[in-house]
Amino acid sequence: MAIISKGFSGRRTAGDEKLPPGQYITPDFPVLSAGPTPHVPLDQWEFTIDDGASVLRRWDWKSFLDLPTETFTVDIHCVTRWSKFGTAWEGVSLDTLFADVKTDASYALVHSYGGYTTNLPLEDLLNKQAWIAFKYENEDLAPEHGGPARLLVPHLYLWKSAKWVHGITLMNQDKPGFWERLGYHNYGDPWREQRYWGD
Amino acid sequence: MWHVGKVIALHGETATARTITLDVADWPGHVAGQHVDVRLTAPDGYSAVRSYSIASGPNSEGRVELTVERLSNGEVSPYLTQELAVGERLELRGPIGGWFVWRTHQTEPIQLIAGGSGIVPLMAMIRARASAGSAAPFRLLYSVREPAAVFYRDELQALTDNDEGVSLTYAYTRAAPKDWPQPPGRIDAALIANATLPSNLVPTCYVCGTTSCVESAAGLLIGSGHNPDKIRTERFGPTGDRK
Repeated sequence: MAIISKGFSGRRTAGDEKLPPGQYITPDFPVLSAGPTPHVPLDQWEFTIDDGASVLRRWDWKSFLDLPTETFTVDIHCVTRWSKFGTAWEGVSLDTLFADVKTDASYALVHSYGGYTTNLPLEDLLNKQAWIAFKYENEDLAPEHGGPARLLVPHLYLWKSAKWVHGITLMNQDKPGFWERLGYHNYGDPWREQRYWGD
Repeated sequence: MWHVGKVIALHGETATARTITLDVADWPGHVAGQHVDVRLTAPDGYSAVRSYSIASGPNSEGRVELTVERLSNGEVSPYLTQELAVGERLELRGPIGGWFVWRTHQTEPIQLIAGGSGIVPLMAMIRARASAGSAAPFRLLYSVREPAAVFYRDELQALTDNDEGVSLTYAYTRAAPKDWPQPPGRIDAALIANATLPSNLVPTCYVCGTTSCVESAAGLLIGSGHNPDKIRTERFGPTGDRK
């Protein structure tokens, strides 16, 4: 039985089916990151897919921008309980990046400039569920929001959408990333409120 | 797993911020810098949850202190800062977070930079240092709007007066006390050079405040030679009730 606070009424956004449990809607775009914002010069930027032993695919900024891009509008959900509806992005689908990659791996560890990592099942990155985004609302992605390019996996809590993304390592066995080692849920489905260990 | 905390004391820190002392019977203990989720439930069952940093240091008494700043458009903070009374109970979950923490076995020098209510988790670290009898050198640069916006003023003064291991510099962004040597302004490179530990001491730096404050201060630390790996940040945006 919940503890009732008699004088509390709250601000309801009840009945919105797009809002996962325990979230509230914000019009802003708060920033959460564990360390300083890395500033990655575009002439040094690269994105790789590797299997832990060797690099399978590699793009520099120019060859990355030569890939077919998509614009997409999605709702995003942060584990700190804010959700933002209708965010518009431009990026490259992970399906495009993985088109020629042959792998038996089931898991991916995404790594970023600055040292951040996050893990997820490879299947969550494929089938039109994930992008490497480089524009937000028609503007170059700002460094504090992950620019020059970030992963976007909107069906999971936003810490899985690694900022300043640098590459993906394919793995046969799952390996927890940065927040996943520090108390956050290994998978992070907002609709099942998988926020922390034990959820 | 939600815990129930009973409010045993309330203390106004500033005109808009209040410290809530909770007695939590089954509290598992916490590390300085961690936060909790607080859940409020209205009489009709509607509930809202927000995260707040823990202000108290680790203790074995199940004592959890939160300092909450009232946000004018907040959903939870107005209740916590204006309505909540001693004797009421709150639901909380945690402690949460294993990164923005200071553990008592850390012996290296520590540089703390707080912007506004970003002082809260850093105060927990200062209190943890004191209660553990740690000799780790601590330095705090505390940026506030104006003198009346300072949290924990007397306690900080006493700690810095009595313990050579903690030093404190205030920086005022809007209004400084009379005869203050600097005009009000944001933390800049000169202040970082004069009022923080130099990078050759290889301090671990903890920076907490609004996004713009953290972006700026962390950038200045890197610019003065600190390794980005030694800088830990915690930010709160324009909407979150956090801190």
